[in-house]
Amino acid sequence: MSGSDRSKLSRRAWLATTSGAIAAGVVHTQSDAIRLVAEETPQQVADPTRVPGRFVSEIGSRAAAENPRRLMRTQALSSSSRTPLADLMGTITPSDLHFERHHAGIPDIVFENHELLVHGMVERPMVFRMSDLMRFPQVSRIRFLECSGNGGGVYSRTRMPTEVTVQQMDGLLSTSEWTGVAVSTILREVGVRPGARWILAEGSDSAVMSRSVPLDKVMDDSILAYGQNGERLRPEQGYPLRLFNPGYEGNTSVKWLRRIEVTDQPTHTRDETSKYTDPLGDGTVRQFSLTMDAKSVITFPSFPYALPEQGWWELRGLAWSGRGRITRVEVSTDGGRNWVDADIQGPILPKATVRFRHLFEWRGQDTIIMSRATDETGYVQPTVQQLWDARGERTSYHQNHQRAWKIARTGEVTFGLGELV
Amino acid sequence: MTRPTTARRCARLAGLMVVAAFISAGCTMEPRPENPQSGASDAAMVEDGNVLPSHAPDRFDFGAEASAARVAMWDIDVRPDGEGLPPGQGSVAEGREVYMIHCVACHGPTGTEGPNDRLVDSEQWDDVPTTRTVGNYWPYATTLYDYIRKAMPQLTPGILTEDQVYAVIAYILHLNEIVPEDAVMNAETLPAVVMPARDKFVVDDRIGGTGVVR
Repeated sequence: MSGSDRSKLSRRAWLATTSGAIAAGVVHTQSDAIRLVAEETPQQVADPTRVPGRFVSEIGSRAAAENPRRLMRTQALSSSSRTPLADLMGTITPSDLHFERHHAGIPDIVFENHELLVHGMVERPMVFRMSDLMRFPQVSRIRFLECSGNGGGVYSRTRMPTEVTVQQMDGLLSTSEWTGVAVSTILREVGVRPGARWILAEGSDSAVMSRSVPLDKVMDDSILAYGQNGERLRPEQGYPLRLFNPGYEGNTSVKWLRRIEVTDQPTHTRDETSKYTDPLGDGTVRQFSLTMDAKSVITFPSFPYALPEQGWWELRGLAWSGRGRITRVEVSTDGGRNWVDADIQGPILPKATVRFRHLFEWRGQDTIIMSRATDETGYVQPTVQQLWDARGERTSYHQNHQRAWKIARTGEVTFGLGELV
Repeated sequence: MTRPTTARRCARLAGLMVVAAFISAGCTMEPRPENPQSGASDAAMVEDGNVLPSHAPDRFDFGAEASAARVAMWDIDVRPDGEGLPPGQGSVAEGREVYMIHCVACHGPTGTEGPNDRLVDSEQWDDVPTTRTVGNYWPYATTLYDYIRKAMPQLTPGILTEDQVYAVIAYILHLNEIVPEDAVMNAETLPAVVMPARDKFVVDDRIGGTGVVR
């Protein structure tokens, strides 16, 4: 333990185990802290076998000590909050921790009064109430949703951070089981006329958020979703109805959906021209860059955690692709010189996050850990250098390059991509 | 991977379903159309399946036909070809009045100060945009009508009349040196405005796969 005596605990563990103890002068090293926990925990906690437990309840809650929280940007009408990916297990995001991005706040909508208008290049313009939509044949799909702005904070060569959490970097990613009616079922009902190529989806928030989506896409696998993880949508996820476009940038999955217009051309709304477009550094701007390419991120270990001692540790992370299934996740524990296949936890679903894991023995050396995902099209998650070469260094959105974490001799973990470029 | 036979699919369904009646009904039915995702794995067929059974009716007749008046009430989008633009008009001078009442607090006295999005920059760019304003980034002037009518002013959306929306657009375009001081915007003139950045926009060429990184 001599080596790890000098190492520091993560900030979280430090706070959890030593509050008061530092002031009392009984904790000087990580070993002291562990000893303190081992000695004191049994005395601090009542023996649950000697105390009758609580009764049943109408609605559950997390254990009192469990406190995962979204990370909010600002309290503003147009703002976002990020999912605490490092606190989560498996692939499903608890609905109350699903990331948010609102452009004019969260509207209050009465389920019974909400209506969807479907019109444009259709045989029969129609209005559907929620009870109508819920009566149509239903589908459920486990799919990720990711904002294409995710990762924008770790792209600049000159401003590459070291102290950034997974939540700050990639927290605009969540995975849910979405339930609703296939868009193809509704468009079949209204009858799409020849020549139609796009739809315009429009929300009933006070931004009347609008996006154009290719007709082929929504006919293939898009959902008018009213359910999420077994319950009705949450208000911040579009209650009572949202468009859900699997694998597409999150902004296209318009929330509080009130209108679909079938058209022959895109509408070129503000959020598909002024925003969500990608300057490429050669005088051009990429538009309708809708699909989220393959990506992965190690969620453990990651900043601000610290490995308290040498030995066996399991790298854990998430991988996903908007083009289908993840087929492979490789990890490197030596800064990208050597790569080995990580274990992928099944089932591997298309356009859904998978959990990957890799057991490695840390011998106390400085090192950099990385992951890279491959999807069923053969696409391999690129390096940041590859994206810089393809798009320049000042593009926005779709920064899906490989991430890296540096493990220092002390066990402290920081974002390590800056060490590699 | 070869596609499983109907018998194998029923066997797999039997493994998944516990309702005996469903199994017997499912296995005596006509084979369903194959999953449109050709080459999908077995797991995909259970997971994705077809969204409608083969015996679904051509129409369910859920919902109600929308009247023309009902469609007109919500059909408020505006396209680059001008479709959707309402009657009415507004001048640069009128737009200055509207701007100084409804817009200045968030976008600044000259459209450059913020605190919210910068609207004005007539400086064009070659390789990379330094700002992304109406003047040097927005590809279509009609988007201004679509967006302002729907979403602006942020705290009082919908408060502007159709004429006022035309007017404030004229003013913003003039600040960006795109239209002259005597310009009037209406359903004919607005779609005819050629925005400086229009030809910079290109279609997404990313296609996945093993080829070059785009």
